[in-house]
Amino acid sequence: MFGVESLGGWTQAATIIGIVLLEAIVLYVGYGALERLVGSRIIAAIRGDQ
Amino acid sequence: MELFGIAASLLVMFTGFGLLIGLLFGFFGMGGSFLVTPALLVMGYKTDVAVASGLAFVFGTSVIATLKHRDLGQVDYKLGVLMIAGTTAGIEVGKQGLHLLQDLGLADTVVSVAYVGLLGGIGLFVTRQALKDDGDGGISHDADVDGELNADEIPDIAKTIQSYEAPPMMTLRGGVTVSLWMILAVAFATGLLSGFLGVGGGFIRMPALFYLVGVPVPVAVGTDLFEIVFSGGIGSFLYALDGAVDLVIVAPLLAGSALGARIGAAATSIVDEDEIKVYFGVMLLLGAIAVAVRKIGGVIEMPILDTVALVVIMGAALLVSGAVVYSSIHELRTTSADTDTVTAD
Repeated sequence: MFGVESLGGWTQAATIIGIVLLEAIVLYVGYGALERLVGSRIIAAIRGDQ
Repeated sequence: MELFGIAASLLVMFTGFGLLIGLLFGFFGMGGSFLVTPALLVMGYKTDVAVASGLAFVFGTSVIATLKHRDLGQVDYKLGVLMIAGTTAGIEVGKQGLHLLQDLGLADTVVSVAYVGLLGGIGLFVTRQALKDDGDGGISHDADVDGELNADEIPDIAKTIQSYEAPPMMTLRGGVTVSLWMILAVAFATGLLSGFLGVGGGFIRMPALFYLVGVPVPVAVGTDLFEIVFSGGIGSFLYALDGAVDLVIVAPLLAGSALGARIGAAATSIVDEDEIKVYFGVMLLLGAIAVAVRKIGGVIEMPILDTVALVVIMGAALLVSGAVVYSSIHELRTTSADTDTVTAD
């Protein structure tokens, strides 16, 4: 996946950890923005306020 | 159909499983990742791949959790760095032990038995506490962050450990003074577990920091999260050197779990945790049963038991996360209806 298999040893290991770290940061920021954007609307829809 | 060269069905399955695990982690604050390695074992992944990918997943989730807690001032960095040193050594020994057992053909059995014991033990403890419902015996996460523990609040075991004055002595947040060697011993033991079972070790380390070292609970939680980022990262890196971390598993699990964790965390402000806690204990017990069933299936050569185990473990996670979502929606609608009634009055 992501062409990581072609790397070897330390480079491959560092790339894998880097990908997981980057994904975690992107998800934190991305889902945080999504929550601010639609969170209250979803709660209102569940409550039947709309 | 394939995405990034991976079957879409596999991506959807791991993302969905991650969503369930994240929901549980976000709501209960522990235990979600505990299901990953057994689930991967049940799905037929090699032990080192299951353990390594579970550890890489723990690393990703702990990064996200630490980002959330970084502004709360709940981290003792000095303690965190000492824990990292002890844990790193423990992980390396645990990893070597796992490889040794794998060479002997015993890794799957030993890891499965250890999981059954741990999942079963914690499951029984949580279920017992939930059924007792007496409000004590648990660890409150709502304590004052900067509050210093008075003598009565320090557990007896921690008092004993703090009484060993083997220099150098370290003073930690909360006014706790404890020997450097005791801290390193606790860190090594939890690191051993992390490396061996592919878990973050937080469910052991956080209580250990409170019960054994004696630091206040909020500091134990924050320091534990800080430490998991490093121990999970180092553990994943060591396994990745051997090519055991599978991004096909980790990436979709993390994507699902980050979303689930937000939903779970939001649900904590809506639903009373005590109402759901008994389901959580039962889920851990079912996880233990699933691993045991799979192991028995292997011994008596009945592959159908692998499927039974997978259904049990997925069903358990689905049951509890479903209970959290259902209770949240029910509570929101009930609150809304009550508000409407009051307004009408």
